[in-house]
Amino acid sequence: MPKNVYADFMSQAYAMELEATERYAQFAEQLDTHNNRGVAELFRKLSKIEALHAKRILEEMGWPSLPAMPVAFAWGDDEGPETAPLDALHYLMQPYHALEIALQCEERAQQHFEGIAAGKAPKKVRTAAAEMAEEEREHVRLIKEWMTRVPQPSADWNHDPDPPRTAE
Amino acid sequence: MNPPAAVALSAKDFKSDYKPIWCPGCGDFSVLSSVTKALAMLGLRPENVAVVSGIGCSSRIPAYTTCYGFHGVHGRSLAAATGLKVARPELTVLVASGDGDGYSIGGNHFLHACRRNVDLTYIVMDNHVYGMTKGQASPTTEPDWDSKLAPGGSGVREFHPLVIALASGANFVARAFSGDPNGTAAILAEAVRHPGFSFVEVLSPCVTFRPDQRSWKERAHPAPVEPTDDAARAARRIMTDDGFNIGVLYKGNRKPYRGAVPATGTLDALEQKFELHGG
Repeated sequence: MPKNVYADFMSQAYAMELEATERYAQFAEQLDTHNNRGVAELFRKLSKIEALHAKRILEEMGWPSLPAMPVAFAWGDDEGPETAPLDALHYLMQPYHALEIALQCEERAQQHFEGIAAGKAPKKVRTAAAEMAEEEREHVRLIKEWMTRVPQPSADWNHDPDPPRTAE
Repeated sequence: MNPPAAVALSAKDFKSDYKPIWCPGCGDFSVLSSVTKALAMLGLRPENVAVVSGIGCSSRIPAYTTCYGFHGVHGRSLAAATGLKVARPELTVLVASGDGDGYSIGGNHFLHACRRNVDLTYIVMDNHVYGMTKGQASPTTEPDWDSKLAPGGSGVREFHPLVIALASGANFVARAFSGDPNGTAAILAEAVRHPGFSFVEVLSPCVTFRPDQRSWKERAHPAPVEPTDDAARAARRIMTDDGFNIGVLYKGNRKPYRGAVPATGTLDALEQKFELHGG
């Protein structure tokens, strides 16, 4: 096995978790600013969970804390598979919507690792990818379970009696 | 560009404690993230960078960085930035604007900043609408965009900023998309490195007044060509592309303007000149 393939895989996994951590934290700030405190708190929780995953990778690899994720990271897409899209928010969104976003992220992460586990990477990488895919599967299950504990939004959840899109 | 920092800083070191007050989902969040990543990539220090802006949603950006900032008069960011760069050439100067501030109110400054070719990086967050004032048509709005404020559309042909920049003498022209913050950071870093006036138009959706722009994610794609140093070829490409080619499109070789007379004033002399006397 080429010397750095496993380390490269783990650094990619680390970057993926860190990017997700930062994006959820950014979402929490955005919704704080718009006084949607409940959803902001939920995003902060999600950010902390992703940060724990990132930390675990560093510990496993015995790496010192990295100051920032690699800037130009070669994802298949514009951003990491576990990173929520920037335009996913709405100022009136509810916890259920936040969990929907998180669910999509976890499912994409699961597929990402499953793809590597089923590919032609060295065995050590495939084994690690299979473990990570299993973890992501568990996260998918937990989020689905979490979604049953929050109220489902009503059909008019985004109705604003004083909307910003008004010609004055 | 000023010398790199001795100890590498991360993107977070360029973010201030002020929380941005853009609408949730606004593309400008991503542009801010790209700017801070680019500055970290370049190994700069906040005290050696100035971010100058005009008025509008995008122009809030200086306050959200730890760099020196100047939130100036509507449409006049390039004038202030030109003076700053000529007087303090050792600073890295970024200029932030939007399609209204940059192409309408500041349209004339845009032309002449391209022509002067001072070593600035001009970032225009283009969302084809005046967002801060609640959704009027801007210079880049499509003529048939139907809205409450322009029923049936404005009927006015849209401005083509990249071609105008080329024709006016900009030394670096690129288009980026806020949906790709890492790609945008790389383009911005290249723009800062390139000498002379670098113009980066960032397609940055306004999810509040232009929710239709969420589809830009599907439309944006990497430019299928390498950058050229031939302005005429670049102009032809830009005039005939679909408006969603992302990447560096032109890299010229013009010598940057550094001022006819070197700046000689000292900070002390300036402070004396502007000292306020009680009366």
